[in-house]
Amino acid sequence: MALAEAKQTATEARLAGMALPDGGCLKAARQAALSRVQTMGLPSRRDEYWKYTRPDTLTAAEPPKAAVFETGESPIFDGFDRLKVVFVDGVFDAEASDDLSLDGISIERIADICEKDIHWAKDLYGVLEARGQTPVQRPLAALNTAFATDGVVIHVTGTPSKPVNLIYRHAKDASDAILHHVVKVDSGASATILENGPAAARFNKCMEIDVADGGALHLVRAQGRDHERRAATHLFARLGTESVFKSFTLTVNGVLTRDEAVIELTGDDAVAHIAGACVGDGDFHHDDTVFVTHDAVNCESRQVFKKVLRNGATGVFQGKILVKEGAQKTDGYQISQSLLLDDDSQFLAKPELEIYADDVACSHGSTSGAIDEEGLFYLRSRGVPKAEAIDLMTLAFLAEAVEEVEDDDVAAAIIDRLEGWLARRH
Amino acid sequence: MLEIKNLKVKLEDEEKQILKGLDLKVEAGKVHAIMGPNGSGKSTLSYVLSGRDGYEVTEGSASLNGEDILELEPEERAAAGMFLAFQYPVEIPGVGNMTFLRTAVNAQRKARGEEELSASDFLKEVRAKAKTLKIDADMLKRPVNVGFSGGEKKRNEILQMAMLEPKLCILDETDSGLDVDAMKLVAEGVNALRDENRGFLVITHYQRLLDHIKPDVVHILAGGRIVKTGGPELALEVENNGYAGILAEVDA
Repeated sequence: MALAEAKQTATEARLAGMALPDGGCLKAARQAALSRVQTMGLPSRRDEYWKYTRPDTLTAAEPPKAAVFETGESPIFDGFDRLKVVFVDGVFDAEASDDLSLDGISIERIADICEKDIHWAKDLYGVLEARGQTPVQRPLAALNTAFATDGVVIHVTGTPSKPVNLIYRHAKDASDAILHHVVKVDSGASATILENGPAAARFNKCMEIDVADGGALHLVRAQGRDHERRAATHLFARLGTESVFKSFTLTVNGVLTRDEAVIELTGDDAVAHIAGACVGDGDFHHDDTVFVTHDAVNCESRQVFKKVLRNGATGVFQGKILVKEGAQKTDGYQISQSLLLDDDSQFLAKPELEIYADDVACSHGSTSGAIDEEGLFYLRSRGVPKAEAIDLMTLAFLAEAVEEVEDDDVAAAIIDRLEGWLARRH
Repeated sequence: MLEIKNLKVKLEDEEKQILKGLDLKVEAGKVHAIMGPNGSGKSTLSYVLSGRDGYEVTEGSASLNGEDILELEPEERAAAGMFLAFQYPVEIPGVGNMTFLRTAVNAQRKARGEEELSASDFLKEVRAKAKTLKIDADMLKRPVNVGFSGGEKKRNEILQMAMLEPKLCILDETDSGLDVDAMKLVAEGVNALRDENRGFLVITHYQRLLDHIKPDVVHILAGGRIVKTGGPELALEVENNGYAGILAEVDA
């Protein structure tokens, strides 16, 4: 079907200024992705999954400028023993990064995979993204596959002694970064990836994750505090038998963030948890769009998303659990909740279940509400000042999402950031 | 200690007068009981004193040790020494009971210009006090009142009271929802806190709580006023004859 004219024009305008990077062995994958973009067209407000989030600044040829924000605090994972991989405005910075060698894991730049002939990465690049285009189109991810200028391929072969920390620094106020990472976790292998930083004025990031049977990957990201930054990110994960994938995302500030997660449970007894906590004040729009597909027996999936909004901030949640025929004994859970700290903020939620198996347990819930007045009075009657009581209840509201973070120290760092945000509002 | 003069209170949102000129004086070291039929204004009194929204004081005053409390925020009243044991303790999902207790204790100490309790001192104290109320470690860890039985909730109220060491304790129908054993346990907790510097206002429908917490003075609240005041024998009279007899006598 031909694209609507407006969409066609907008897509062409965006693509006109872009050149496919020197493809090498990825040339075919990039070209295929480009033709996916051309066929689908870039998102517009009329698309079903873009009703609540305006895509225009994400698809425009030039990114709106975003001032670099000096927070005056050290980056969230600085105190951790980790292997640093640093990108500045979307470009790998070898100087700032650690030596990339570590037992149990190998890390290479996308640019080097052809020369080093890394077969698995060549074979995976763009594959999960392409699979994730049905039944819902994700043109910004295809755009990413076609035009990504940097990124890493991470191969987890054992149990590395420390997490890999992908750090995204923002240096220029008009930077437009497109990063594509590919992660493969071998059978029985296990690793943690931490991500943090604002990345760029506009950031398009795609991470494809393939977890083999019995493998495990934990992903924790903290999207940086720059107020004016914009981001569209995609996670595409495919899970084998008895594998585990857990992801948690913290979002504090940012004028526009769209985080999509597309998870496919393809092996029996696999577990996928996708969680997020976001806090927004004023000019803040945060969108979680999640699609979990159960295509195997006895798998568990959890989606836990909590948003605290004030001063006109907007939160969006579009989450789906699709249980395919034969995916019996599925245990699916989805909760999305917002805490509105005033009357100006809004939360738009679209939870969806689509089930084609008859022996499954799926639950979903979505709520939006203010601070519980009864609880607030109870705390105050015990001597807790109002502002402190509200903070306590706000953190309590976010707790279910933060509890999805396995590592206690990482969870503590997340809570510390949330407390910082609350303290700055006093 | 607590002095209420001609207190008149209406609901904020509607023209309904609930307290219609209430006078009451609770001295330090004494236990005053307030009894009264449904709708007489007992719970309103406890809420107005603790500073809950939704009520408007149209006349009169209430002071705690000479300080006018009606203009204070709920947390300021708490810091001044007021404590309300709720009829229906509130569940607060996500806030651990221990965190809640420590936050409350330290907030009050801070408001009074005292040093905060160290984590280890706090822990020692809370464990000792919890033990006498048969509150186990699990109840301290769980979110505030979430999944607690009726008895556990009330014991948790008394634990907070013991930790916060208020000057004036108001118990709002603390006996409701309790079986005999639980009531005894709660009463023992309250009695352990009785001393010459602390006043109690025990609000109840029934005399049975007063078997365990022996009052010095009993008031009958009806139609928004204290209509009769007497000794412990007044509670027995209510138990035997109901409120009707007393109210008829007052009306006459």
